[in-house]
Amino acid sequence: MFGPENPTAFYLALLAPFIAAALAPLLHRFMGHRAAWVLALAPAYIVFHFLGYMAPVDAAEGILPAVTEGGRFLFTLPWVPTLGVGADFLVDGLSHTFALLISGIGFFIVLYAGGYLKGHEHLGRFFSFILMFMGAMLGLVLADDIITLFVYWELTSSTSFLLIGFNHSAERSRRAAIQALIVTGGGGLLLLAGLILMAITTGTLSLSEMQAVAPAIKASALYVPILLLVLGGAFTKSAQFPFHFWLPNAMEAPTPVSAYLHSATMVKAGVYLVMRLNPTLGDTVLWSTILPVFGCVTLLVGAILALRQTDLKLMLAYTTVASLGLLVALTGTSNEDIIKGASLYLVAHALFKAALFMVAGTIDHEAGTRDLTLLGGLRKAMPITAGAALLAALSMGGLPPFIGFLAKEYMYKGTAYPDLQSILLTTTLVLGNAMMFAAGFAVALRPFFGEKKETPKSAHEGPLMLWAGPVTLAALSLIGGLLAGPTGDVVIAPLLSAIIGEDTSVSIHLWEGFNIAVLLSLVTIALGTSIYLMLDRVRAAIAGLLDFIGWGPDRGFDQFISALVAGSDAITRRIQFGRMEGYITITFALVAVALWVPLTVFGEWPDLSDIPSISDATFYELAVVCLAIVGIMAVLLAKNRLTAIVSLGIQGFAVALIFMLFGAPDLSFTQFMVETLSVVILALVLTRLALYKRDHRSFWQSMTDGVIAIACGIGFTGLMLTVLGRPFDSRLSEFFTEHAVPLAHGRNIVNVIIVDYRGLDTLGEIGVVVIAGLAILALVRLKPKRSAPTTSSPAQAEAAPVKEAAE
Amino acid sequence: MNTVIFRALAPYITTLMMVFSVFVLLRGHNEPGGGFIGGLIAASALAIYGISNGVPAVRRAIWAHPIHIAGAGLFISGISGLPSIFANVPYLTGLWTFPTILGVDMYISSILFFDIGVYMVVLGTIGGIALTLEERTDG
Repeated sequence: MFGPENPTAFYLALLAPFIAAALAPLLHRFMGHRAAWVLALAPAYIVFHFLGYMAPVDAAEGILPAVTEGGRFLFTLPWVPTLGVGADFLVDGLSHTFALLISGIGFFIVLYAGGYLKGHEHLGRFFSFILMFMGAMLGLVLADDIITLFVYWELTSSTSFLLIGFNHSAERSRRAAIQALIVTGGGGLLLLAGLILMAITTGTLSLSEMQAVAPAIKASALYVPILLLVLGGAFTKSAQFPFHFWLPNAMEAPTPVSAYLHSATMVKAGVYLVMRLNPTLGDTVLWSTILPVFGCVTLLVGAILALRQTDLKLMLAYTTVASLGLLVALTGTSNEDIIKGASLYLVAHALFKAALFMVAGTIDHEAGTRDLTLLGGLRKAMPITAGAALLAALSMGGLPPFIGFLAKEYMYKGTAYPDLQSILLTTTLVLGNAMMFAAGFAVALRPFFGEKKETPKSAHEGPLMLWAGPVTLAALSLIGGLLAGPTGDVVIAPLLSAIIGEDTSVSIHLWEGFNIAVLLSLVTIALGTSIYLMLDRVRAAIAGLLDFIGWGPDRGFDQFISALVAGSDAITRRIQFGRMEGYITITFALVAVALWVPLTVFGEWPDLSDIPSISDATFYELAVVCLAIVGIMAVLLAKNRLTAIVSLGIQGFAVALIFMLFGAPDLSFTQFMVETLSVVILALVLTRLALYKRDHRSFWQSMTDGVIAIACGIGFTGLMLTVLGRPFDSRLSEFFTEHAVPLAHGRNIVNVIIVDYRGLDTLGEIGVVVIAGLAILALVRLKPKRSAPTTSSPAQAEAAPVKEAAE
Repeated sequence: MNTVIFRALAPYITTLMMVFSVFVLLRGHNEPGGGFIGGLIAASALAIYGISNGVPAVRRAIWAHPIHIAGAGLFISGISGLPSIFANVPYLTGLWTFPTILGVDMYISSILFFDIGVYMVVLGTIGGIALTLEERTDG
């Protein structure tokens, strides 16, 4: 009933985290940290549901093959059918593996959070955030429609913003959260552009349909922009160099966040995207160049920086950066054998990294510090945690018989070929793995072994909630390695098939005899061990090197933000100088330019002989024109502003009369009312502000203003005469004349258009009217501050808070 | 402007304009008029009454604050589109009914309520601005 045969059960699985998130604060209020046991039911249900896909499914359409047998399950739900957007989801090897990792690790994270933040007053809120994140991540990996994918992608960015900034009273947390949001959010926009280009090229919004027409995309002229934009999204999300800096900063978040977002989920979204699009965009020269290059650089930079750190979480964060680089580099080869290694590593990394993060958090929680140099000899006090840490580190170091070992074996087996590219890749992998080996064991061994050191808190074993996760995940690392054959058949084969885009089978063995991969493994282990033994000296050397360089992307980010703020500040000050006359002068000068340039460039000025002669006009038309001229002259000659405003009203009434004469009663009606009210309101404003006197303009200013005004007038006249000289396209008028009565039951076409055909526009417009009215009322009621300098630019006042936020 | 003649005539002018504005609003679908123009007329009526008899008199006469009228109008216009959900047509699609009330054939539609909303928005906003400005002039 809750298995895959029931689509409702699938949608329930998608919604479960959000439902749990909504209930979390309430449950926390009644149950305290024990609410975790109830809330963990949501991920448990998802795990249960997705395990169902591993057996043949007895669905309404008949027996469907299991995901492990190459089965694919598509769930479609119309969302915006007119645009072809659907809430479509696909369960295949790739999304299935991710879904299990997200929900499985998520289950332990919820429990861990309950133990880790026990007694925290905002624990309920924390549960809400992390469950919402879980739901977002789950939707992201399952989405088949690119719009759905993008919505979930953004949702992961915004929920992780909330999680990273959870300790919002700390300035560093806020900075880290904003940084992560800007980097991943900016990347999200690139991704959106890329996805839209893909949709334009293929004419579909479905990822699986795009995959079917992959050659067309690769051949299209838009391929390069598509690739760059999509990779921009993936690289920022997955913290690839040079965007890696946000991830270590995000360690400001409570440890459950780091263990969840920065091991198995959030940062893997970019890797997921790259893997998902490998069949669609991959296997081109550009793809196989950009991805391995960036991946390898990220791997080395991440691994080197990891050795530099002494904070357990930061070390793990940088090794995560390195691991993500590794995954991107391997996927970028589009080579089945190498991606086999990547698939294994993906699963292995999620298991050991989540376990190690949780271990680091437990140490922090129990011992009161997570500084490597202050920790030692905790083995006796925390035996269970130490055991889990050791197992996870063995997997991370790639020692048999752990799944990490399989991953390393198979990636070496895939890359060890004697051409230049393979040699470069292999060398990078060996170096990176060796450094991660050293960092992994530093995290897992140093705090537990060696002599006992005094820690801020007297350490003892954490409760079940804290060690359940690391122990289970570490044990899975071992089991996955020991049962290499089933791991290959059940997990890796469907995953690999989805990444390369064709059905394939794999056979994974723990031991395949002595070969080049084993040799490379031995080299890695030897190198890693020597780095581990010399760790303090290596760290000092790297620290010296970094001091020598003295600049990093993190600093660059700050410089970029302050430059952005300074730049916009300068521009705003320049274009918003706060003088109304200036704005109006510029507006009308530009209107004149916009009228004159096209008319002149395209030679569209009306022929003077086409203009009807004055003698054709009837006497009452002439009279109205004379009235308008009298109005204008009165404006120009007026002694004070009030007279000028009223005189302008004369001209407006003349225009209304003209509308009337030429058969536009609606327009004329409105014009009369608008003129009346403008005169009344302007007159009231003038009396209110005591602006009776005529404004003072210098001779030159009068001349400039006059020229601009006349230029606008001539421009409009020319434009109108030209447009009216063209044959009139009457299709619209005919349509409305014909259909207004039968469809809208109204003979007044203007009104029918306003309230019926374009009702939504009108609704928006009256909304604007109300908002403008509110603003005007607020402005009028504002008590003028005598002390405030009248010339202070509004730009300054507005830029100040932005600056504060950036600093 | 505060002449005796103006003050004596203003209530009648205002009343006439108010009635006329509703007339214009209601006939708008078939003859020149509609909610926007009707609202403008009504707002002018308020402004005239304000000028002649003082803003407090107007505020007493209309009970509600003008901006509340505008807000209510926006709300009415907004929800006038909702019944289309039940008719399974897009938001704001006009729905019509032609009942005969007291022997008169009527045209009642969601469009009418939408237009009434427009009328109230324009009346409330423009009238509110004019009244506020007049108030400051007095004081």
